[in-house]
Amino acid sequence: MDHNKKKAYLVNTVAVVALYLVFFLLIQTKTMNNYFVGIAIMTCIMIIMAMSLNIVAGFLGEMALGHAGFMAIGAYASASFSMVLIDSGLPLPHLVILILAMTVGGIVAGIFGFLIGTPTLRLRGDYLGIVTIGFSEIIRIFFINFGPTGGAAGLKGITRLVNFHNVYWVTIVITFLIFTLGRSKHGRAIISIREDEIASEAAGIPTTRYKVLAFSLAAFFAGVGGALYAHYQSFLEPSKFGFMFSIEMFVIVVLGGLGSLTGSIISAIVLTVLPEMLRSFAEYRLLVYSLVLIIMMIFRPQGIFGRSEFSLTAFIESLIQRKNVKNSIGGGEAS
Amino acid sequence: MTVLSAKNITMQFGGLTAVDQFNLELSANELVGLIGPNGAGKTTIFNMLTGVYVPTMGEIVLNDQSIIKKTPHEIVKLGASRTFQNIRLFKDLTAVENVKIAYHNFIDYNMVQGMFRTKKFWDEEKKAQEECMKLLDIFDMGEYADTLAKNLPYGQQRKLEIARALASDPKVLMLDEPAAGMNPNETAELMETIHFIRNKFDITVLLIEHDMKLVMGICERIIVVDYGKTIAEGTPDEIKNNPDVIRAYLGD
Amino acid sequence: MNLFLQQLINGLNVGSIYALIAIGYTMVYGIIKLINFAHGEIMMFGAYFAFIAATSFHLPVWAVLLSSMVIMAIIGVAIEFIAYRPLRNAPRLSALITAIGVSLFLQNLALIIFKPDPKVMPKIFPETIYKLGEIEISSTTLITIGLSLFFMVLLDLYIRKTKQGRAMRAVSEDKDAAILMGINVNRTISLTFAVGSALGALGGVLYSVAYIQVYPTMGVMPGLKAFIAAVLGGIGIIPGAMLGGFIIGMVETMTKAYLSTTWADAIVFAILIIVLLFKPTGILGKNTREKV
Repeated sequence: MDHNKKKAYLVNTVAVVALYLVFFLLIQTKTMNNYFVGIAIMTCIMIIMAMSLNIVAGFLGEMALGHAGFMAIGAYASASFSMVLIDSGLPLPHLVILILAMTVGGIVAGIFGFLIGTPTLRLRGDYLGIVTIGFSEIIRIFFINFGPTGGAAGLKGITRLVNFHNVYWVTIVITFLIFTLGRSKHGRAIISIREDEIASEAAGIPTTRYKVLAFSLAAFFAGVGGALYAHYQSFLEPSKFGFMFSIEMFVIVVLGGLGSLTGSIISAIVLTVLPEMLRSFAEYRLLVYSLVLIIMMIFRPQGIFGRSEFSLTAFIESLIQRKNVKNSIGGGEAS
Repeated sequence: MTVLSAKNITMQFGGLTAVDQFNLELSANELVGLIGPNGAGKTTIFNMLTGVYVPTMGEIVLNDQSIIKKTPHEIVKLGASRTFQNIRLFKDLTAVENVKIAYHNFIDYNMVQGMFRTKKFWDEEKKAQEECMKLLDIFDMGEYADTLAKNLPYGQQRKLEIARALASDPKVLMLDEPAAGMNPNETAELMETIHFIRNKFDITVLLIEHDMKLVMGICERIIVVDYGKTIAEGTPDEIKNNPDVIRAYLGD
Repeated sequence: MNLFLQQLINGLNVGSIYALIAIGYTMVYGIIKLINFAHGEIMMFGAYFAFIAATSFHLPVWAVLLSSMVIMAIIGVAIEFIAYRPLRNAPRLSALITAIGVSLFLQNLALIIFKPDPKVMPKIFPETIYKLGEIEISSTTLITIGLSLFFMVLLDLYIRKTKQGRAMRAVSEDKDAAILMGINVNRTISLTFAVGSALGALGGVLYSVAYIQVYPTMGVMPGLKAFIAAVLGGIGIIPGAMLGGFIIGMVETMTKAYLSTTWADAIVFAILIIVLLFKPTGILGKNTREKV
């Protein structure tokens, strides 16, 4: 690992820990009440959803409009699992149950990602988008009709295993993993398919395999997000996982910049926190939101960051540079 | 020793026969040219040889393996790679990343090792960077390593395509109009480079070209196609004076 | 048997409505390769304007239909001009997301203006029940199917026999060549939106008469299903949209009658998936290959 990378890792680690400490203090001193903590938790979950979707929409460049379906699968699977586990009476600490539940949710969702992705990814563009909507709707209708998980009335009584502390660190870990995926040979392969599928295949990349991999990974992380959602809300309802929710997540990723993970993070934060802040204008919230969307697409379609990532290290260095230039007499040469 | 052979391969699109019973025998280390008027079917032949199209009829054997039903990436693994007539680079990846894509199968770590950044990851990525930089250096492109492919000048893009095709360590390299759009200086440089890589990497080169200076200058053997059929085959001198060839290009 | 024939008629009823809406999707996709997500909302507003025309202004039936169609034609053209035209040369994704934005915008606009509680659409058509043996057909059903077929035939003639219709087909095939041939592409596209929106509005009115209620999100599911119908028949192909609409209407009705109401939607989606996986260009579509 070269010097610059080591520096970046250090800066980011310090920032992450510092941010956590800030939140920790705010929560401990009760400066942040339950309402705001709830928003923070939902924001973390939406960050996970947006980044997982970015694997398919950003890295692979395909219009996946059915992400809510995988979240639902993860949510219901993990909830069923934890309910059975807790009922069985095994004396396991909550954190362990949560980790197991997330794993179950992720894996089950990932399997469905594989099953759905394999035939679906033969299609491209608009058609792929429509089929993903179709599958997502079928999943939603399934849960409406599936008695064992409560059907249309929903699944109640899920133990609340999620708190800000564990969800924050899970989000950090997942962020790290998706980042590293993007900058590994596998991430490169997926991106090359987005850039030019025929050339990618001609360069030796088994494109079908990687497309399905991207899709399954996205579904896996969506399932983990769903598990977190289930164990925070304590209640699941099929109607929450409809087409509209998929669209919301897709819009978050697009506005952040398809292919930019930092963009997804910031976009998820803004688009989760802002509507809550504007609750008093609830009626007009979605109206304004949709106008913003249209205006963004016309004037800055690549989103906030386009395909690039915001680098905290580079940002800090540029601030230091500017200070150095200002400090030297007459703004002379900065060495 | 024959590295690539095609026997009577035919390509039909509906009622149109684009390639009609084409035959090819490539021996090791040969430098062969495939020429013909526009629309003669040359790229279609390339597409059949690289698995992009499945021939309607015929047989293709690469290094003693039938590749007729294989996908392009499987054929790359078996030792054949190609460049494209209209440059197909990964525009939003840098030059060195473009090459690394083709080097993919030689980078040895799995997804988990990648995501958790194990030592294997760092070692293999370092190796990949070194090897891919070496390839770029052969084409004098070292300074462009971290430039996005879409920002490269045209001549460099063409060279990058070839560098990328070499990264998969092919035995047979198929170049589709590598000199298209190049000026005479660049073309002369390209001719030297093709010779160089043929010798250094011990490969067989099959190239499609319209630039006769390049074809006559470096090809040891030339195949001429028109309307999907082979109309002549021989050394550059033989082809130059072949009346059928002249007729195909200039008309009666 | 009687149940079957009865359901057949219901299927034709709902199918003709889907067909009208599907035509709007397919015409827009054919000409600018955009899935107009907002088309369901055009249908919805069409229903609302008809509602206002009937209840506030007490207009006669023909005026209710005409005013709704004309107003939505104008609104459709306005939407294209404001939201889609600036993105004419942008990547497809941006235009698609804008369409989603327009859809959300219109839904929420309706929510604010009309409030979420459903309005009751008055019976603007004469209500007589005809009996054929054991089967009942209401005059509303007959009028619905009749009007739909009438406008579909009209549209078909328009596309095939008029200059503007030919222009639409030309722009669908090759926009640049059409420009070179002297066709005013902007006007042709606006016209396409006008016609598609008018038919969508008609579909909305008929839908609200059939299902009685008018509410802001009423366009979402029928819009999605009509879109599936357009894809099923072959997206971009107008007879395909008509065919697809009837098929989807039939499938939905038969599934609700013989299998289960709750799974009906899922089956419609399943059909979509199967069609796209095996014949993505739809029933009437042609196969195209990407040139390498």
